[in-house]
Amino acid sequence: MTPRTVAELGASLRRGETSPAELAAASRGALESLAPLHPVLRYTDELTERQAARAARTLAEAPETAGPLCGIPFAYKDVLCVEGVETTAGSRILQGYVPPYTGTAVGRLLDAGAVPVAVTNCDEFAMGSSNENSAFGPVGNPWDPSRVPGGSSGGSAAVVAAGAVPFSLGTDTGGSIRQPASFCGVAGFKPTYGRVSRYGLIAFASSLDQIGPFARSVDDVARVFTAMAGHDPRDSTSSPTEVEPVDEQLERGVAGLRLGVPHEYMTEGLEPGVRTAVESALALLEKLGATLEEVSLPSTPAALSTYYIIAPAECSANLARMDGVRFGFHVDRPSLTDSYLETRGQGFGPEVKRRVMLGTYALSSGYYDAYYRKAQKVRTLIAEEFDRAFEKVDALVCPTSPIVAFPKGERSDPLSMYLCDVLTLPVNLAGLPGISVPCGLSEGLPVGLQVIGPRFQDARVLRVAHAYQGATAWHEAPPPPAPGAGSPTS
Amino acid sequence: MTLERDQVAHVAMLARLGLSDQDLERYREQLDAILAHVDRLQQVDTSRVGETAQIGGLVNAWREDERRECLPVEAALANAPRRRRDHFEVGAIQE
Repeated sequence: MTPRTVAELGASLRRGETSPAELAAASRGALESLAPLHPVLRYTDELTERQAARAARTLAEAPETAGPLCGIPFAYKDVLCVEGVETTAGSRILQGYVPPYTGTAVGRLLDAGAVPVAVTNCDEFAMGSSNENSAFGPVGNPWDPSRVPGGSSGGSAAVVAAGAVPFSLGTDTGGSIRQPASFCGVAGFKPTYGRVSRYGLIAFASSLDQIGPFARSVDDVARVFTAMAGHDPRDSTSSPTEVEPVDEQLERGVAGLRLGVPHEYMTEGLEPGVRTAVESALALLEKLGATLEEVSLPSTPAALSTYYIIAPAECSANLARMDGVRFGFHVDRPSLTDSYLETRGQGFGPEVKRRVMLGTYALSSGYYDAYYRKAQKVRTLIAEEFDRAFEKVDALVCPTSPIVAFPKGERSDPLSMYLCDVLTLPVNLAGLPGISVPCGLSEGLPVGLQVIGPRFQDARVLRVAHAYQGATAWHEAPPPPAPGAGSPTS
Repeated sequence: MTLERDQVAHVAMLARLGLSDQDLERYREQLDAILAHVDRLQQVDTSRVGETAQIGGLVNAWREDERRECLPVEAALANAPRRRRDHFEVGAIQE
């Protein structure tokens, strides 16, 4: 069986047992066999070859300079611009768009010698919680193809869950890394806002978006995060705060840490199986030496409303550039206005149009104060409540999602879909780092444990999640070959 | 409050989204339901707090006002649906 982690593959490369090109070809083969789940939109053929050759040269000629990602294959979400590779944000309106530049996050991975293999499917412009909003078709969950993988980074979660690549990149605006990680039984990390540069990320909601990795082990997540993190002058919201080295903290365990359990996160309509799995995870953390303490985040019920004003408002502004003039899909009409109307009317899918209209409405004259300004104030309250909680505790632990992966088509009502993110989006509003790691099964489907830390304490979040994985085997459990079958061999 | 169809048509025009009559009605219903939910914001007391737009605490990010390298014209125009010489071409703005 092919080793699955970055660490194992890296060791194998260093021993000369395999080559970057071989690993990339094996990943490609594994990804192709996932075609019925549709997690891949396209392959990066030429770039894959070029990067594999570059990594092979580094490993042969200057092995001492080869970092942990050198020669390791990966996949990235279709919202990250890479020079020469079509990037569509899962949208018809960007079909055929080939970026003339490479964004910073992927660029830093390329510099580290990592080898991109595929571009993954996602909800259109990262708007969705099920990956059913992709213009190119939905993605199936490797644990049960009739169910959603979560979203919006559903393809990136699915390819790691299926073992086709050791890691992938996603983006998280309201839970779009953590929720699919939870649904697919892998680790998914959203760093502190501003920690990873957004340069080259097709913007959805600029004050909330962050790029982050998926992998099986937190160890691997930490390696990818470390390669991407740090200030970038090309993103004006990128933080100049120094990145705390993760490896110094990762192995410290949770003994002596105070972990808060937000009361409101344990009451919001949790499925019984989710509650059971998360409660056992909390008990285990306590056994490992952490102190558990109940904390309160009273504005939690207002977070969903806050998010669904701020995110659509920002998206309506960001997506104004999709005008069919400079790139992408274009409907030719004699007048410019008609061309805009037709290009955008036909180019955007229903969820994107819904959010663009919601945002346009919230920003329009006469409604700005009641909606947008009000939401920005509630956002302050939400962030302050987290800050107050972190005066008492070192990190928060809670479920990632109140539910497990649901059947495709089950949540056709937009509001019921939005409710999926109720436990993840407050973290984006407050700009905090958060990770989801698998912590059990509910009726045969993965449950995620979420760890949330104070801003710029990314290393502490990874440390807690890593300590949990050190005592459990949920993250090693592959999806069953047939729906509902099998259980982890811990 | 109830969203009127005219308001939805106005918003669609502001956002430059060409929608059919059927779409307008569907979005009117959906946006109405979402706004009804979102209206609970009005019950939150925000009298003592300001607005947050930048959560990382950054105020401004400056750089020297110097000429820097930029995309070559050919690269910038490579994705243009319509092009005339070194320009993006669009339809008439006024008839």
